[in-house]
Amino acid sequence: MSEAITAVFILIGAFFVLVGSLGLLRFPDFFTRLHGPTKATTLGLASLLAAFVAYAAGTESGVTVREFLITFFLFITAPVSAFMLGRSALRRRVDSVAPRPAAIDDDEAEDDPA
Amino acid sequence: MLTVTLYIGFAAVIAAMAMNLYRLLAGPTAEDRVLALDTLYINAIALILLVSIQFADRIYFEAALLIAMMGFVGTIALAKYLGRGALMD
Repeated sequence: MSEAITAVFILIGAFFVLVGSLGLLRFPDFFTRLHGPTKATTLGLASLLAAFVAYAAGTESGVTVREFLITFFLFITAPVSAFMLGRSALRRRVDSVAPRPAAIDDDEAEDDPA
Repeated sequence: MLTVTLYIGFAAVIAAMAMNLYRLLAGPTAEDRVLALDTLYINAIALILLVSIQFADRIYFEAALLIAMMGFVGTIALAKYLGRGALMD
């Protein structure tokens, strides 16, 4: 039973990890490329961790809190790093398929008086 | 059954890492490369988890936990450096 659940979660996780990286490879500009890894890959890794938890439940040592730590940590850090990268790309005026929002420039002037 | 799905998982994660490697080398912007590195370490965690199940050894899981913590710090440092031109304001 534990083995079957592990197998199903591994398949789901492998699919999403692959889709996330395919998005990173194929999307046209940086801001669209940001979507693939931050959503699909995070979900894929969460699935693989669920597979690991299901697997650990079938072993002698059983499930501990540490199995959930990576999921917890990743769900906090993935949006933060995506936000930091997106803000840095906006500041540096990286090429985008969408027009640059006007409100950004006001915000920047306020932020950096120099 | 678990053996076959593990091989499918290995194949998918390694293919994903190859795609990230292409984006890391091709760019075109510095942000793309940092994002590719970020995805690469997340996929490395996935690979290590699969190895941990394959060899039935929990030591590998500890390595995955360490990579999860260190990789985030690296990405934030690089993103901050790109955005400001300096690590600390």
